[in-house]
Amino acid sequence: MQALGLDVLFKGSNFLRLLEGLWKALGISLIAVALSIVLGILFGIVMTVRNPVVKAVCRVYLEIVRIMPQMVLLFLVFFGTTRVFGWNLNAEAASVIVFTFWGTAEMGDLVRGAVTGVPKHQYESAFALGMTKAQAYLTVIIPLAIRQLIPQSMNLITRMIKTTSLVMMIGVVEVLKVSQQIIEANRMSSPNAVFGLYLTVFILYFVACWPFSLLAKRLERKWSN
Amino acid sequence: MKKSVFVKVLAILTAAVLLLASFAGCASNENTASESKASDASQTDSSASNVVYRTLDEIKSSGKIKIGVFSDKNPFGYVDENGEYQGYDVYFANRLVKDLGVEVEFVSTEAASRVEFLETGKVDVVLANFTVTDERAEKVDFALPYMNVALGVVSPDSRVIKSLDELKADDEVIVITGTTAETYLTEKYPNIKLQKYDTYANAKTALENGQAAAWANDNTEVIAYALQNKGYTVGIPELGSKDTIAPAVSKGNKTLLDWINSEIEALGKENFFHADYEATLAGTYGKDYEEKLVVEGGKVE
Repeated sequence: MQALGLDVLFKGSNFLRLLEGLWKALGISLIAVALSIVLGILFGIVMTVRNPVVKAVCRVYLEIVRIMPQMVLLFLVFFGTTRVFGWNLNAEAASVIVFTFWGTAEMGDLVRGAVTGVPKHQYESAFALGMTKAQAYLTVIIPLAIRQLIPQSMNLITRMIKTTSLVMMIGVVEVLKVSQQIIEANRMSSPNAVFGLYLTVFILYFVACWPFSLLAKRLERKWSN
Repeated sequence: MKKSVFVKVLAILTAAVLLLASFAGCASNENTASESKASDASQTDSSASNVVYRTLDEIKSSGKIKIGVFSDKNPFGYVDENGEYQGYDVYFANRLVKDLGVEVEFVSTEAASRVEFLETGKVDVVLANFTVTDERAEKVDFALPYMNVALGVVSPDSRVIKSLDELKADDEVIVITGTTAETYLTEKYPNIKLQKYDTYANAKTALENGQAAAWANDNTEVIAYALQNKGYTVGIPELGSKDTIAPAVSKGNKTLLDWINSEIEALGKENFFHADYEATLAGTYGKDYEEKLVVEGGKVE
């Protein structure tokens, strides 16, 4: 305990504060994930449209998300909107907006890949059965595409959870920031706390992300039959 | 062939849209900048909607002040095990809050975002070990100082370096890349050989392994180091230009700035910052450095 500085964890309300930090990180990322899945599926379907203008707009959006570091997006949304429009977003709202903006683009790209990856004969069979376009998409194409989508989207979700460590830059105190606060507050009394704390944070992130991997595995197995 | 033409058109379109967007961004930035300048000119009108900051009266009537502090820089601004903000900066902040008669919301800031928080009025005051520099003073307004910072040099007891002239030709000095110590020594003492490290931990190991004659860094850092590690002495506690640490408010927030200044002057009469030092910094730096570090009543000697 001493060597790893784990005793620091149980001083005062330290452990509770870490959990609160984790809760905040999960709150931001999971709201953003939920929004990204809904918006991403819509965006992905829009991306498969063959209209060049629509394609260009989607492409620009996707490239902006790919090129801009999330940190820059956070600063743009949190500070930029105040400068330009005078909006006073709170830091959590700004974080959710940035993570949704990012998640929607990546999710959309995954959906596009999955939808275009559905074999042509599935479309043809659906139409041959007399389905309308909407029916074909809702009952055949999208369910098939979602199966393709599961592994990569779980990857995206866990990445979004882990990237919440950036929101400390705009003043949100999440789990990693709390651990740094605890390490610094005990710099003199237990300099080894750094190992114990980061180990704890590692376990907390693992506990937060592991269920998604499990869920993905289960869904894949269930749908493979 | 057809496809490659299409790709080209797409690329041009993308570039055009991005360019337009960036122009639009710049233009609107300039607009707000000139607007805020204009409002500075007619400053007394605090109700103008394009002013980012809140005046003293607005803060008082809202009953809450937002103060940006460090939450992981022990002993200046940190959070204790009960989740309470503590430290030299926070001790002062709490006094300001008490005298203002409002509640406080501490906002955890990072070194890189301190100026931005003030420029957008997301906090009213920054009390985060903010060193006064000319570059920063163009973007924010600094109040009177409440602490000194300078460079310091620590060396092993076996050969304490009391002046940089004592260094022999083959002696090397450790610095951390990107610090003021590196800039200062490179400019003023180009003949001294520097050993550069990226992190504090690596610099520390190098000194302890005897790879260099001395280590130059902010004096608060080297003093704390010498007190925590036996066998090392700060031979040069003050070197180079003396800088100060001061509270900062949004550019143009005159009412709040004037109030903080009068408060700092008044607190000088009761030796407030000495009491602050004894409550928060003495544990790290000991009593010996009190006079060197503390600035009382905003007057630098």
